[in-house]
Amino acid sequence: MTNRIALCLFAFVVILAPFLPGFPPFWIILLDNIGLAAIVAIGLVVLTGVGGLTSFGQAALAGFGAYSAAVLTTHYGWSPLATLPVALAVSAFAAFFLGFVTVRLAGHYLPLGTIAWGLALYYLFGQLELLGRHDGISSIPALTVGGFSFHEPARLHAVIWGALLLSGIATLNLLDSRVGRAIRSLRRGSTMAESFGISASYAKLTVFVYAAVLAGLSGWLYAFFQSAVTPSPFNLNSGISYLFMAVVGGAGQVWGAIAGAFIITELRDVIQRVMPALLSDSALYEPIVFGVLLIILLQVAPDGLWPLVQRLLPEPKPRPVPVHADTLAGRDMPTARGEQILKVTDATKKFGGLTAVNGVNFGVKAGEIVALIGPNGAGKSTTFNLITGVLSLSSGSVSFAGQVISGIGQRRIAGLGIARTFQHVKLLPDMSVLENVALGGHLRGRKGFLSALVRADRREEASLFAEAARQIERVGLSEHMHKPAGSLALGQQRIVEIARALTMNPSLLLLDEPAAGLRHFEKGQLSELLSQLRAEGMSLLLVEHDMGFVMGLTDHIVVLDFGTKIAEGPPDVIRKHPAVLEAYLGGAAEPAKRSDAVSGGAEA
Amino acid sequence: MTKPLLSLSNLSVSYGKVEAVRGVSLEVFAGEIVTVIGANGAGKSTLLNAAMGILPAVGEQTFDGASIGRLEVEDRVAAGLSLVSERRELFSSMSVEDNLRLGAVRFSEREAQARMAGVFDRFPRLKERRRQEAGTMSGGERQMLAMGRALMAGPKVLMLDEPSLGLAPRIVADIFTIIEDLRKSGVAILLVEQNARAALNAADRAYVMELGEITMSGKAADLANDPQIERSYLGLH
Amino acid sequence: MDLTILLFLVQDGVTNGAIYALLGFALVLVFAVTRIIFIPQGEFVAYGALTYAMLQAGHVPGTAYLLPIFALIALLFDLYAERSRITGGFLIRQGIEKIVVPLALLFAARELAGVSTIASLVLTVAIVSALGPHLYRIAFQPLADRSVLVLLIAAVGTHLALTGLGLVFFGAEGLRADALTDFSVDLGPLPVSGQNIAVYAATLLLIAGLYWFFERTVQGKALRATAVNRLGARLVGIRTKGTGKVALALAAGIGAVSGVLLAPMTTIYYDTGFVIGLKGFVAAIIGGLASYPLTAAAAITVGLIESFSSFFASDYKEVIVFTLLIPVLLVRSFTGKHTEDED
Repeated sequence: MTNRIALCLFAFVVILAPFLPGFPPFWIILLDNIGLAAIVAIGLVVLTGVGGLTSFGQAALAGFGAYSAAVLTTHYGWSPLATLPVALAVSAFAAFFLGFVTVRLAGHYLPLGTIAWGLALYYLFGQLELLGRHDGISSIPALTVGGFSFHEPARLHAVIWGALLLSGIATLNLLDSRVGRAIRSLRRGSTMAESFGISASYAKLTVFVYAAVLAGLSGWLYAFFQSAVTPSPFNLNSGISYLFMAVVGGAGQVWGAIAGAFIITELRDVIQRVMPALLSDSALYEPIVFGVLLIILLQVAPDGLWPLVQRLLPEPKPRPVPVHADTLAGRDMPTARGEQILKVTDATKKFGGLTAVNGVNFGVKAGEIVALIGPNGAGKSTTFNLITGVLSLSSGSVSFAGQVISGIGQRRIAGLGIARTFQHVKLLPDMSVLENVALGGHLRGRKGFLSALVRADRREEASLFAEAARQIERVGLSEHMHKPAGSLALGQQRIVEIARALTMNPSLLLLDEPAAGLRHFEKGQLSELLSQLRAEGMSLLLVEHDMGFVMGLTDHIVVLDFGTKIAEGPPDVIRKHPAVLEAYLGGAAEPAKRSDAVSGGAEA
Repeated sequence: MTKPLLSLSNLSVSYGKVEAVRGVSLEVFAGEIVTVIGANGAGKSTLLNAAMGILPAVGEQTFDGASIGRLEVEDRVAAGLSLVSERRELFSSMSVEDNLRLGAVRFSEREAQARMAGVFDRFPRLKERRRQEAGTMSGGERQMLAMGRALMAGPKVLMLDEPSLGLAPRIVADIFTIIEDLRKSGVAILLVEQNARAALNAADRAYVMELGEITMSGKAADLANDPQIERSYLGLH
Repeated sequence: MDLTILLFLVQDGVTNGAIYALLGFALVLVFAVTRIIFIPQGEFVAYGALTYAMLQAGHVPGTAYLLPIFALIALLFDLYAERSRITGGFLIRQGIEKIVVPLALLFAARELAGVSTIASLVLTVAIVSALGPHLYRIAFQPLADRSVLVLLIAAVGTHLALTGLGLVFFGAEGLRADALTDFSVDLGPLPVSGQNIAVYAATLLLIAGLYWFFERTVQGKALRATAVNRLGARLVGIRTKGTGKVALALAAGIGAVSGVLLAPMTTIYYDTGFVIGLKGFVAAIIGGLASYPLTAAAAITVGLIESFSSFFASDYKEVIVFTLLIPVLLVRSFTGKHTEDED
């Protein structure tokens, strides 16, 4: 809450400042420019800093808001306030349309795409007759609400900073919510997000539209601030400078956006005022200074400046774990103990010419721990990905509690109650352990985007966090609950992933090398935990290399080698199975002493 | 006793806040096969990557009597240290011949051709496939190409990271035969393997790594009979 | 539209397309070797054109002064980075590369400005391509291991700075150079100028040259290898930092040649390069930032689309060309190698 209070105090000070006697009018203008830029930059904080989608095109999106206000007030005589919902809707609609294409762009194609439509829109603004072509639209009336005019600079100033305050608070609310965690999870790649039932493309589109609405709001305010709109403030260079603000301030932080907007706007002003005294033509130096600064910043402080400031501030108090929270609804186990819960039938996966998994059959019974073992590259992780829907089967099928799940997609599989951990830990290193684990409960919450903005999601959030805390306690990591997940040892991070999976309340849990990187006694604790889960009726399928761990814990073992099942049975049988011994120890137990030519051969 | 060719002392490597290798000391003498065994994630690959200069490390590193701690990867190659990494790191869209030629990038065309002839003698299979794209070859052939490419630089110490990874048992046997032959031709080997039994059989000396630290070391034959090693790494008995 | 107009539009499109192809090659080359999406490529074109036009008119171009300044900054970067292992040989190499050569080029520019077309041409290419490696050293080398995205943002920053420097060193006035030759030949109703022929010849020569370099020389193969697998390249002892500099020298050289070819055909301003460069981009991206022949074909197509849309809907020329990029990006996203989008 302190962040919100600080933001309110700060905004109120800025809003009231012009009423001080002797406050220079030109400072008001400067502060307004900062406020307008900061609103766009806050959108970029969510879009780029948090969601990982880099956009150079925000200026063009602001153009939609500005031109909506300009066209409707001058051509159609609308009252200024009535144009606000239209301006926001136009920006949102444009973003939805652009975003629908843009969020599907992979990797670095995405920022390039934003450059492309950013440029195209700028040229379009300059060509449309309706928008006044290159000359734009002038004589926009002053902002009035029910006869009260905001023509007076100090009044418009209050509106701009009021809008900034609202944007900032809405953004803080959004980031601290179920939807916010989904957005934050995007940075770790869509596989992880989807495995907890988060639709990555929906989350991306949501942030894209949200950022565009903020840009549209800024554009709308800009139209009344300038009383005129021309294409040039919405060109690519402006788009670059908004991104620059987010990077300078520290992408990922609302305060960073404000700081970035302040620094860049102030710097531009200084260049314009101070340089002429030193050099004849100042406008020349602005891009040089900005370009050079951007490069220096990337090299010296890649996370932006706000984190440097943050280091000087006191540590924020950890989020209290809610005591009185509603319990989340549980899940009935879909099958009775001892019945088949998972069935893999003739599963085959080909990558080009390589067959990674070849006609594999096995099953997991409810309330049983099954291990999938085999040498590196045997196809164990691929099998996991086939079951959870990350990869699609080339042939064969997978069914869960009697229902065929192959081909229904990762999210629906998660929804049925199959949770997993990853071989390469996929946590958000900067988020606390508690928040990471709460992400696992995504499907157990319902509150969406709008509830998050106005904080109507508090009861549900309390329940989710209470549940997350319970699972952290269960896996024995309570003392680390409030630390950033990235600060834990790798073995502990794997345990955090287990807690996260448990928060989904699964009936089948898939664990990829859960014991790797654990010390001896930690392995013992993990073994106890997994036995306890089994006792509660949960079913587990795990991939593990530590044979001692596997032999002591599991009911049934499936052995893969080169994508083919070579044996299965209880641990005692597997221990002595000749094919297993051969696969593990290989012909290399005693290197063949051959001096003749060596031949490559069988496919790996 | 002679000086070691490669010596790492008190080496530590961190990824962000996590220390993946802690205070490891290790030596490789001329003509030796030395192996480091341990579970997945024990820090074995990290150790090799640090010794090669790919990862920044704290601690002392000397090669052939000179400190190499400050040297870049390229300079370590020039000094006579080569690494065949776990992922082979071949130039997949280029031919076998080009891959090998680049292994001797510092040398003249004539010298490179002479060395390539030597590599082809050792791996006749590569000669047959000299025009084929590296990315289209089988796992065993790729491993041979990766080793051949490393040999083109004329290393004194060759570090091999999981050379048996993903290979069929018969090919694994071939790879170990080649490792033995290399030692005979004067190249010292530092071998990281998950296939602990094969590694211990091939090596003269061995180190055991656990959670980033060396927990045991000694003659490979002794370690192979150590009951604790048998239980943890030789599995299934 | 009659046949003559059609032929004119085609010729115009192919000529511009050939220039876009050159730029597209440079972008493919830089991306392949360094992973930088090299937005400032267009600035090299503007620098090339303006340098050439000024030399031809007998003036010393701003780039001749810019080069020693860049070199000096790069020298300071190197001295700082290597401070713990500076040797005599290192200082001599650095001195030649970063003091002697830039000053020699400045001296040559002062002596040879306005002397002959050939001298102007050679000097232009020499000065502009010499800027490339220093630019890499200053702006990109410290970021070499960072993500494509960080490199892209750095490239945008470099673009801003270079455009600004262009304005400072060349002024806001546009310049146009004299044609390389007055030679002209009529192909039916269509006059083909020596300038057009020079553009086609340069493009074909560059394709041949790049092919020879990358397929037949060890240095070229080392550059390709770095592109295919950076770690693999380091493991065989290729100095990947050096390859970045070579790539940027080539890119700057190609930019300079494009500028020289373009300067007699249209008036070039300090900021003209950006939009020209972006059209090279459209081509390079259609080529997947990987394929040279595909890039060439795409560049010609972009040139033709542009020339026809400037006839039919001249106001919307830029809108059409840049909107075209979006479906291309989309197709690339779906067909390209799918990598998990982690940062």
